[in-house]
Order: sequence, then structure tokens, then C-alpha cells
Amino acid sequence: MKNIRNFSIIAHIDHGKSTLADRLIQYTGVSDARTFKNQVLDNMEIERERGITIKSQAISLPYQGRDGKSYILNLIDTPGHVDFSYEVSRSLASCEGVLILIDAAQGVQAQTLANLYLAMEHDLEIIPVINKIDLPSADVNRVIEQIDRELGLDPDSHLKCSAKEGIGIENILETIVERVPSPRGDPEGPLAALIFDAHYDSFRGTVIHCRIFDGTVKSGNIIRFMYNSATYKVEEVGRFMLSPQKRGSLSAGDVGYIIAGVKTVSDVRTGDTITLDGRPCIQPLPGFREVKPMVFASIYPIASDDYQDLADSLEKYILNDASFVYEKDSSVALGQGFRCGFLGLLHLEIVQERLEREYDLSIILSVPSVRYRFTLKNGTTVKVDNPSHYPDPGSIAGSEEPYIRASMMLPERYLGSVMKLCMEKRGANSTLNYITPERVELTYEMPLAEVIFDFYDRFKSVTQGYGSFDYDLIDYRPSNLVLVDILVNKERVDALSQIVHRERARPRALQACERLKEEIPRQMFKIAIQGTIGSEIIARTTISAFRKDVTAKCYGGDITRKRKLLEKQKKGKKRMKMIGSVSIPQNAFLAVLKSDTD
Amino acid sequence: MNAPGLYIHIPFCRSKCHYCSFYSTTSLDLAENFLDALRREMDIYRTSFPGFDTIYIGGGTPSVLSIENLETILDGAANRFTVDSRAEITVEVNPADIDLIGLKALRNMGINRINIGAQSFDEDILKFLGRRHNRREALSALTAVERAGFDNIGMDLIYGVPGQEITSWTDTLRLALSFNPAHLSCYQLTVEPETPLGIRQAKGEIFLPDEETLADLFFQTSGITEKAGYIHYEVSNFARNLELQSRHNQKYWDHTPYLGLGPAAHSFDGCRRWWNYPSLPAYIKDLEKETPPVAASETLADEQLRLEALFLGLRTKSGIRLQDYKLRYGYDLLSEKAEIISLLAERGLVKIKNGCLKPTLVGMAVADSLALI
Repeated sequence: MKNIRNFSIIAHIDHGKSTLADRLIQYTGVSDARTFKNQVLDNMEIERERGITIKSQAISLPYQGRDGKSYILNLIDTPGHVDFSYEVSRSLASCEGVLILIDAAQGVQAQTLANLYLAMEHDLEIIPVINKIDLPSADVNRVIEQIDRELGLDPDSHLKCSAKEGIGIENILETIVERVPSPRGDPEGPLAALIFDAHYDSFRGTVIHCRIFDGTVKSGNIIRFMYNSATYKVEEVGRFMLSPQKRGSLSAGDVGYIIAGVKTVSDVRTGDTITLDGRPCIQPLPGFREVKPMVFASIYPIASDDYQDLADSLEKYILNDASFVYEKDSSVALGQGFRCGFLGLLHLEIVQERLEREYDLSIILSVPSVRYRFTLKNGTTVKVDNPSHYPDPGSIAGSEEPYIRASMMLPERYLGSVMKLCMEKRGANSTLNYITPERVELTYEMPLAEVIFDFYDRFKSVTQGYGSFDYDLIDYRPSNLVLVDILVNKERVDALSQIVHRERARPRALQACERLKEEIPRQMFKIAIQGTIGSEIIARTTISAFRKDVTAKCYGGDITRKRKLLEKQKKGKKRMKMIGSVSIPQNAFLAVLKSDTD
Repeated sequence: MNAPGLYIHIPFCRSKCHYCSFYSTTSLDLAENFLDALRREMDIYRTSFPGFDTIYIGGGTPSVLSIENLETILDGAANRFTVDSRAEITVEVNPADIDLIGLKALRNMGINRINIGAQSFDEDILKFLGRRHNRREALSALTAVERAGFDNIGMDLIYGVPGQEITSWTDTLRLALSFNPAHLSCYQLTVEPETPLGIRQAKGEIFLPDEETLADLFFQTSGITEKAGYIHYEVSNFARNLELQSRHNQKYWDHTPYLGLGPAAHSFDGCRRWWNYPSLPAYIKDLEKETPPVAASETLADEQLRLEALFLGLRTKSGIRLQDYKLRYGYDLLSEKAEIISLLAERGLVKIKNGCLKPTLVGMAVADSLALI
């Protein structure tokens, strides 16, 4: 245990986290140049493209210290978005230290701070690392000053490196050995292992990623998940090298994997504690929270023939995403589909992109919704997360919507614009706390619906990326809710229906109408787009018809050329959804969901 | 089914017009070799295309060939194929090339329809288009053709030219109509990428009129010609009466087979399309070996035939005879597309009359989209 170090790297986006991880991996010889693929940890295409980490990843690095001793450095990579903040907290809970990586040219940024606070919450040893010192625009002295003034860390504790050029890597490894405390725990005690992630392997089934705090686990053991008392027989334990490496056992302090015949990742709860069935620990490790979907939307295939493909793909997809839930749904306008639950809007976008890319599906998403609560006149209460299940307005006695407490950390200079944004989003009961003269902590109680709609994007934009944001569900509160429908040439497009606060109805409907107007190509006849509450029209736009598209000639007898052109157009039209007589491109549906970035 | 039509592509021009993307060469050096090759090509198709009731000599510029050359071509066709005694035989001419004697000679060799590439009577527009004739030549050509005794005279005009005032177009159109031609083709200018105009457009030097203007031009053209008693029978074509519609072009629109001879010419036999090399040397080389100079071909699937029949039919005033469509393509448009057709009818884009699905004038203007129902 003395030779183990568990650490994570945290950084603002693009400050070089993945590159540094790659270098550490290369330096310790886990991967050689031949098998090396840049950004080993971000191994989903979408992660590499967006520069964000979606799933937690871990890798064990064998390192020979200057003291001549052999160490195992376990690097646990963490996701970097508010939708996944719970996952981040579980990963950090598995570490004793973090490298906080700062771009020498850009200096301390929003996420640097947000992550720092998280690390502090977990009482971790924090090592500031200044990256990209080779850049001409690097200003190391300024960053050192920021480490002191803005982060409140010992400025002398920093390290310097250029992950890209491989400068300073050994020094980082050596400092991890020196400064990150070795894990504590009792290898002989009852097993207590923290699950920080799980992934699905098509040959091995669910692979549980965990950190052992106490005890020892080996193949043949009967383990128990403390959350639901489910028991499994351990088939294999091991460490994450570039590929999983089987070991005889995992003991207190280790980070590794357990394979135990768990069918799907949905059977595993991140943050849950694994113990031995025969000798359980007294209580689970702290911090477990059941992750519940917050945002709901329906997914439909563009071509109704693709329904089965979509069903098959979701079945495969969910093997690897425990926070995603779905069930069958159908729409008058869009046909058969699925109602799905997500952690947040980013999660929704990720699921959508992965379905499109990895499973080659063309899908349409309905407008996302939170779960509302209605009390009916007959005294019953119904929960509705799907606008098509909106109760008969005559039967509703009262309606409530979920509220969250938003915690925001931001430079003081953005306070005015953030408060304005929060007010606009129906925020109330704020608290303000000056952490330093330049930095404030602000909390607001806000309807979750406002937060999922476009709050996060706008918050990032008004704080120029310097603000950090997190939220917790608090309770349901009475609200004046209405159902807004969108009609295209008098046909209701149920996938665009939204349950909204009455005050929000008109602007939201108008925005939807205008987005559709931008995205729906002009057609042979005028298209009226209307937003309605019941029979009342609250918003309207019109797409004028085009008047001329016919080409003058058919090029002598060359009919082929003209036909090919039409065939191409016809194919394009097939990728659109017909609502009555109007072809609506997939983008139009997405545009309605997009935030209003000013 | 109607008898097939014969198209002969003359691949020569004295100069290239700035908008034209049809194949032609400005050197007449290979004229004799071309005539030889054309003869051999006719031989190849003698059995598969025994007879025609229309012949259309186009190009290129047929009128750059000598009267003797044109006569050789026509004789060659008459000797190898059965040409209907009442066949429509058209030659395209450039106003700069013709005189009364030549026109009389054309008439004597059996040509009964002349199509004059007038394009415009506005000097600026003619220059912009790179035509080698001027307004005076265009007008005198019209008079000469009439004096030569032709009564079936067609004229090609172009509108929607960058920078053109609407009145420039309506003046040209009214002047053309004052000659009372049997037939008018009014083409909205299409800019093709590989042409001088296409290159200028890509550079941002010239801009086509916007869609609103083009629509106005289209409807005004229709209004002016119909007021003068013409039938707007196809998107770009107008006839003084039903009999004077271009019988040859009609074949392209109703899936009648046609044989195209000469470089770049397209042919259709009812289910297969093929086209020749757009290169005179390649054309000659193949025919020296008595090989068909075919660059590529395609056999049309039912769905492709259906789409073609739909878009071609919806370009014409008479539209699509629904019963014929059903019989020929095995597709009942009226029942398969009932909903959208009734909506289009309600919106005034199509009408169903005497068993035909016809575009209205408004519908004809968006015929490309109509075909995508």
C-alpha cells in the first residue's frame, strides 16, 4: 500500500489534460510508440472531438522512483461537465491527490477553480502544474501569482511542464510519489470498495471500476452491492493497464476492476459500495446518491422503417450507460419511438450523437421536459414528463414543477449579469457569499425546467467561461403550467409540444416558430407555423412559398442529368419528416431545442 | 407508341457563346471526317431504328456547314431510314449565317421547319451572351426565312440575363411576336459552371436575377404570349396553335424513343439511355472502327422511368394522362399520391381535368418540386 498513489488530473478545457495523461502513460512505458494513440483515455471519438471526457477512466502506471522503489500510480480521469458532476465526485473520492493543470498562456480559468473546490471538498493533496511553458505566449510568473492569489495555494508548490514537448514529465511523476499520500486502509478488514464507474465489454460483460478502501477481493469471492444487496461471484480482478491485466487480488489502496457476471451496467450504481457477502462492512462508504434522470425527451427514427434498428441500438447503448433510461413511446406526427431519461442536456446530446455515429441512425428528438406533478380534481396526483400525457386541462386542480438549488462560483465582476440571468430564469431566494474580494459564491432556487432549457450555455457565456455551476434538486413547488403546441399548416407536431410556465409560453412558442421558419426550406406553398395553448394562438410565423424552381431546359435529349438531380433532391427529402404535406428537416427539430445564445 | 425522332448534333460553331455548355468545336478542319463518321453511325442504327417522323438538326451550329454538307446529311438519313412523308424536319440556324439563297436551298432539300437562334433583340444582351450576330441580323434573318417560303418558323430567346431590365425582355418578346412565328422557345438563362458565364459567376462578377424577378419574368412571358394567342404548352415553349408545337421536342417529354447522332448526342430506346463521347476526335476514332462512339449508358429502373415521366409530364400544359401513366409505369398516381395531389389542387398548383394531372401556370413554375411529390 505504501507504494501506491491514487491521483486525478483536473483542468479547464483545452489546458492539456489528455495530452499530459498521454505523456505520463508513455513515460511509464505502459504504451510504446507503436501502439500509442493520442489521448488514450478519451477513447470515444466524441470525447476526442469535443475535448471533454464523458466517462471516467482509470489506468495504472508502474513507476520506478528515484529512491529506487517501484510504485503503482493510479490515474483516474474524470468527466468535466455539470451533467456528470456526481461521477466526478466519485472519481475524486477514489483519489488521495490531484494535479491541477493550468495553461501557462491562459492562466487560471473557470473550471480550474470549480475543480479545485471539488478537490478541496475531498481533502486531496493538490499539486499545481503549469503546462505549455514552451508557448511563446506563456506567462509563467503571472500564473504563479494566480496560484497564490486566486487559488490560495502555496505558489512554491507548483511544477512546470510542456506535455506536448514531453518537458517536466519525470518531475511530475516524482512529485506525485513524494507529495500524494499513500492510501490508508486495512487489507485484512471487511471489504469496502467504492464503485466509480463501470463499462460493458461484449465478451466479459460488465467491468466494474473501483477503489478498494478496506479489505481484499479475489476471484471466487461472493461480493455484495450494498445499495440493493445483490450478490455476485467474482470471476476476475485486475488492474487497468493499457488493457486489463488480471491479478490474484485487489487490496486496500488499489484501483482496478472486478468482473463478476453482472449483466448490464444498469445493475451497477456509481458510488455504491462493494463488500463481501460473507463478511460485510458495517456501513457503506459515504457519498452515495442514486442518479435519477432529470430531463426527458422522446427519440424517433426519421424513417419509420428504422424503428427496429433504433430499438436494437438502444438496447446495446444502454449496456454502457447506466444513467440513461428509456421506454416505448409513440407520436402521432413521428410514429413509434422511445421516451428517454437523461442526466441533463449534455447527456442528451451525447446520447443523440452516439446513436447517430456509432449506430448510424438518423433520429429526431422531441423537446426535452422535466417531470411535472399535477393534482387532479378527483384528488389523485400524476407525474408527467411527456407533454403528450398532459392531463385534460379541465381536470387539473393544481400543478407543480421541480426546483433546484443552483450553486455558482464566479468572479465578482460577472455578478450583475449572472443575477440578471437567474432572475430571468425565475430564480428566487438567493444567497451571496464573498470567498475573496474578487470571487463570489451565489446560490439561487430555480425551476429545473429553466435550467435545462439553456441556462448552462448562457451562464458560461455571460461569465465568459469563468463561472462554475452545479445544482441539486430540492423540491416541487406550485406553478402555473400550460401545454404549448406547435402547429405546422394546422397539423400538430406533438414532438414539439412543451409544458411550460404560463409566463414563458408566448416567448417559447415564438422562439419555436421562428426557429422552424429558419430551418424549414421554403416549399411550393405557404407554410403557417403557429404556437397554441388549446385553441388560442399565441405565436405565429409564415414561410412564404417559392415561386419558381423549374429549370428552363432539359439539355437536348439529356434527360439523365436532370433526373439525377431530382433523384438527389428526392433522397434529401426522404431524410426529412413529413408533417402533413410539409417536409421538415431533422435540423429543424434540433433547432427548437437549441439555446438562445445572445 | 409514336414513331421515334432523329437528332443530329453538328459539333461546329464559328465562335462559342458565353452561356453554352453543348459540345462544339470552332475548327471546321474535321468537317469531312465528321460527315464520314456520321454516315457510319447511321449504318450502325439502321436496324434498331428503322424509321422516324421527326428529324432535328441541331448543335453546335448546323448553319456553319455548307448547303451541300447539310444535304449530304439529310440524304444519308433518307437513304438509310424510313422517313415519314409528313415528317417534321428542323434545322437550327444562326441569324449571322443565312441568306435567301441558302434558305431556299434548305427548303428545297425537304427541310420544313427553321429554328432561329435569335436569343435577343437587345444589342447589349447579345454582346453579353457572346452571340456573333446583332439585332439587325436577327431581324433580317426572320424576314428572309419567311421570304424563303417557310411557314413553320421557330425562334429561341433567352431571358433572365444578369443586369437585364424587365422591359429589355418584354421588348424583345413583343418584337418577336410581331413576326407571328409559329413557335417560340423562351429559355430562362441557366449558367453552367464550365462556361465563361459560369466562371464569371463563380468569381462574383455577375449575378443572376433573384427568384422573385425570375418568377415575374416567367409569368409575364406567359401572359404576353398567351395574350398574343399563343399556347404556353411547356415551361419554355409556346406555339401559335396546337399543330405547331415542336413534334420533335415532344418526344423528349413523353418517353418516345429517339436516336441522337453526332458527338455528345443522347439516345433513348424506351428503357435504355446512352450518349456519345463529347469529343469529335473520339467520335471519329470509334466510328473509323465501326464501333458505336458511346461514352456511357444506363438502363432505367421502373422507379426512374416513373420519376422521369412525372417531371417531364409536369413541365407540359397537357400534363400526365393518368390512365396511360398507370398502364405504362404500373403506378396509380391518383390513388398513391391522393393526399398531396388534392392539397396541390387546393393550393392551385395542379388540376385534374379529362383524366389528366395538369400543372397550372403557377404549378409549372415550380414543376421541379411538383415532381418530388
